[in-house]
Amino acid sequence: MNQILKIDKLYKNYQTRLNEINVLNNINLQVNKGDFIGIIGSSGSGKSTLLSIIANIEKPSCGSIIKDKNTLIGYMLQDDCLMPFLTILDNCLLGLKIKKEYTKENINKVKDMLKKYGLEEYTNSYPKDLSGGQRQRVALIRTLAISPDIILLDEPFSRLDYQTRLIVSNDIYNILKKEKKTLIMVTHDIDEALNICNRIVVLSNRPSKIKNIYNINYDKDDNFINNKTKEKYISYYNKIWKDIINDE
Amino acid sequence: MMNNERKIYLKNIKNKKKFILLTQILLILFILLIWEITSKIGIINNFLLSSPSKIFITIISLLKNNNLLSHIFTTLYEIIISFFIGNIIGLVIATIFWFNKTIYKVFDPFLTIINSLPKVSLGPLIIIINGANVRSIIIMALLISSILSIINIYNSFKNTDKNRIIIVKALGANKIQIFTKVVLPSNYLNIIDSFKINISMCFVGVIMGELLVSKKGIGYLINYGSQIFNMNMVLTGIFILVILTIIFYIIICKIEKAIKYK
Ligand SMILES: Nc1ncnc2c1ncn2[C@@H]1O[C@H](COP(=O)(O)OP(=O)(O)OP(=O)(O)O)[C@@H](O)[C@H]1O
Ligand SMILES: [Mg+2]
Repeated sequence: MNQILKIDKLYKNYQTRLNEINVLNNINLQVNKGDFIGIIGSSGSGKSTLLSIIANIEKPSCGSIIKDKNTLIGYMLQDDCLMPFLTILDNCLLGLKIKKEYTKENINKVKDMLKKYGLEEYTNSYPKDLSGGQRQRVALIRTLAISPDIILLDEPFSRLDYQTRLIVSNDIYNILKKEKKTLIMVTHDIDEALNICNRIVVLSNRPSKIKNIYNINYDKDDNFINNKTKEKYISYYNKIWKDIINDE
Repeated sequence: MMNNERKIYLKNIKNKKKFILLTQILLILFILLIWEITSKIGIINNFLLSSPSKIFITIISLLKNNNLLSHIFTTLYEIIISFFIGNIIGLVIATIFWFNKTIYKVFDPFLTIINSLPKVSLGPLIIIINGANVRSIIIMALLISSILSIINIYNSFKNTDKNRIIIVKALGANKIQIFTKVVLPSNYLNIIDSFKINISMCFVGVIMGELLVSKKGIGYLINYGSQIFNMNMVLTGIFILVILTIIFYIIICKIEKAIKYK
């Protein structure tokens, strides 16, 4: 397997005026090209912190993220963070403008993506005219536009209603598979993780260690609705569920 | 093609707006009328409170004998100059503060203290240093307006949505790009809001300055009128100020609208 990123003996403490919070406690994980990794853990366990360290927004207290310096990382949050003052097209082009890769070829690539993912008619609209699911797709195109090798998603669907969530997560899964990306996503939703990921990492309560890593292996259907009744799926679900609720 | 229901809806909105504007105009006319009548039949003291017709006559005679227009232009000039300089100072210093928190922390207490000081108390000092001239008036106005501008604009910069900043950072933005791509455009409307406050502060500062020192301008007219007990002149000055305020207000609202619906 060819490794694309490695989390190596990672520790993170936050300093506050009152005390020091130890959030991540010796996290080690190897990520291979094409992996779809899900990170599950209770609220406050440090999942978002872990992603922001991988994205190089936060610095680790100790340990490191090992990757090739040409490996580009795309980062998406729970909030789509579209700029209300930019059109949908300009929102998608934001990263290219920042990186000064604002070429005709790249612009066409973005326009193609908008077309492919059913957003063409909104090219010149503003974010307020779009639904939550559409906005999340725009945020994904903005992330994909800079051609990242690894995509980090921090509960990107949790603001959506159940039905939209199922559709959008299904869409995004298919898009990322098609584009042959590597994915690391944080979620609260075991179903979502089982549908999307080939590996699921369960974090313990703070200070977080890796409690368990599951390799997910069952005949996954591209349509998520069909997975829920599969025997293996249910057995994974129960194991992960136990991991989470048995946390002391 | 628009369907009928929508046409009716849009027409209703338009009519409602017209109705509100009309009512406002009628209300003003009504007040002027009551003012005129009560002063004519002596219910209110027409020496102290004048009357619309007397103000009108005063305006005409001031125009003829006293260069009213040049008084108005002087005041306008002072207001516009201090408005521009005040906003530029506000924007530039707020930007410097945003880029460097340490500089902000050093100056923050000074700003707060100057801001809460009653600026009129500095008037005599400024006049002694600068002389009784237009420059002193503009400095007065700037003292009042630019400190508030700095504080307001910096606060809105500081409160820019953190997640937006994280996202552009993740897209590779440096600090200058974070400022130009997110912080500044996210705050256009807040900056306009600060312009609005700024314009009223400039009015306060300029008129205060004119009352203290000047030989020209609306503030001077009001001051002069009160010294010779010509209340018509005083009220005419106030009346002209009201008109100027309305004009500035309308201009800023138009700018705001243009940005909002871009
Ligand atoms: N900038 C910060 N300063 C101090 N403490 C922080 C900071 N960011 C996060 N923390 C703390 O670190 C812990 C982990 O936060 P984090 O956001 O990573 O959790 P999470 O697993 O993503 O939670 P959730 O599922 O609710 O999103 C929390 O206890 C939080 O209070
Ligand atoms: Mg989180």
